[in-house]
Amino acid sequence: MEENKSQKFDAIIVGAGPAGVAAAVTIARGGARVLLVERSEFAGTKNMIGGAVFLTALKDIFPNSWEQAPIERYINKHTWSLLTDNSSVDVACDFPCSPKSASIYRSKFDSWLVDEAKKEGVYFAPSTLVKRLIKKNGYFCGVETELEEIFADVIILADGVNSLLARQHGLRYDYETKDTVLSVKETIKLSKEIIEERFNIEKGTKNGAARNFLGGLKLENAPFALGFMYTYTDSVSIGLGVNLEDLNRYGLNPSDLLERLKEHPNVKPLIQDGEMLEYSAHLIPEGGFKKLPKLCANGVILVGDAAGFINAIHFEGTNFAFASGKYAGETVLAALKIKDYSKKTLKLYEKKLKQSFVLKDLKSYKDIMENLYSRTESLMNYYPKKASEFFKIFTGANCKPKRDEFRNFIVHFIKDRSLRELLKDAWAFISSVFGVLK
Amino acid sequence: MSDDKAKKTIEDKLTTIKYNCDSESHLVIDRELCKNCESRCCTYICPAKVYTYDENQNIINVDYENCLECGACRIACPYGAINWNYPKAGYGVVFKQS
Repeated sequence: MEENKSQKFDAIIVGAGPAGVAAAVTIARGGARVLLVERSEFAGTKNMIGGAVFLTALKDIFPNSWEQAPIERYINKHTWSLLTDNSSVDVACDFPCSPKSASIYRSKFDSWLVDEAKKEGVYFAPSTLVKRLIKKNGYFCGVETELEEIFADVIILADGVNSLLARQHGLRYDYETKDTVLSVKETIKLSKEIIEERFNIEKGTKNGAARNFLGGLKLENAPFALGFMYTYTDSVSIGLGVNLEDLNRYGLNPSDLLERLKEHPNVKPLIQDGEMLEYSAHLIPEGGFKKLPKLCANGVILVGDAAGFINAIHFEGTNFAFASGKYAGETVLAALKIKDYSKKTLKLYEKKLKQSFVLKDLKSYKDIMENLYSRTESLMNYYPKKASEFFKIFTGANCKPKRDEFRNFIVHFIKDRSLRELLKDAWAFISSVFGVLK
Repeated sequence: MSDDKAKKTIEDKLTTIKYNCDSESHLVIDRELCKNCESRCCTYICPAKVYTYDENQNIINVDYENCLECGACRIACPYGAINWNYPKAGYGVVFKQS
């Protein structure tokens, strides 16, 4: 800690990720004394991201300096692939002139965030592990680290997906395996030129690409899993998010599953001859709206992953982290003004979240993951297979009458998976879409 | 693809990661509870193979030094037998390119 007049701050934030930093700078900008504590020696070194942060949310917190952030590539090309054992059917979009996300390494990016926060007057305490929160007269009012007690009017928990503090103090229940995704990832070194060539990126630009893969794991009982890839300046990431309940049920290891994806004939050429730089793993809380914790209590607020703010469908998390951190910061400033840190005052945070995309999206997406998860078999195996069969007819010039081929395709589309199951799939799809739009 | 570059096994993959190892384990398991466990899911879901089963002694061994601090084992353990904490400040995994 650079300065230590007294061990009392206006606010203490536990965890120096996007949510914690957004909260910290918002409070510092309001003129209050704020301490940001982080258990690692260097921010970001306990963290892992699939690959990209969302720029709209980043710009909102750092409108003047975001371009100086250690961005690897602007991700403006997205490809979603349905994989069978040996084929790929893709949908892609490409916006080379208007990037909305950028690939980053957490160690560099989070450290940059902290440096920006320090410039704005945030006190930063690295290598500081909070063991428990201090509660007096029904109010959370400080933290107990390995070395000392530090007090504040409000504590913000930005301590990530495992948030031991939130569980310890009854602010949230534990996640169940079905609501938790384990993501494993490898960073693989490839030359700039090879990356530009393999991902069809204009030479010498900072443009980049993301890939998503559904299926292709060559397993009869496939777990609910989604593969991803992101391009960096001179490396790529490849990873797989797998539902923890499925890993459990089928006795699978996440690293072995990632090897299956890496061996897929449509994926292998993308990483060929690359050298693995780093292997990593992280949990994603996907319980969503139905599993929200207590977002605030007397003297405490939960933000980011600690609050379970994830939209798994769109791979969104960092944007929720930045936004929730900002709303928490604004709420703390309002509370400091009237010197009231009760749950009633801090409820302003919930109100702000409800008026924003954070809780609006979480609410409208509340059933989707459950819907998709209930259709795992069809998503991971049946539809990729049928998409592949369709395009084999469409592009195959098989010297057979197309009428027969397409009719046969339709008959099998229904026969191979009973009408009942097809209707269930359709219903899951319709109710998901309706949930978002209603 | 040359296999030394590709790194396929978890053991190989773990060699790419930097750790500041503590001499004390941050993961404490209740071995009595583990004795009742049939699935021993910790031995396969862990992305770093921290947990291994010793058949002769009927105990789970914990290689906490390899832990990636993801927390999957804690949530998955059907007996709640894993007392999962963060390593002490400054210790544990140090991701640089993740």
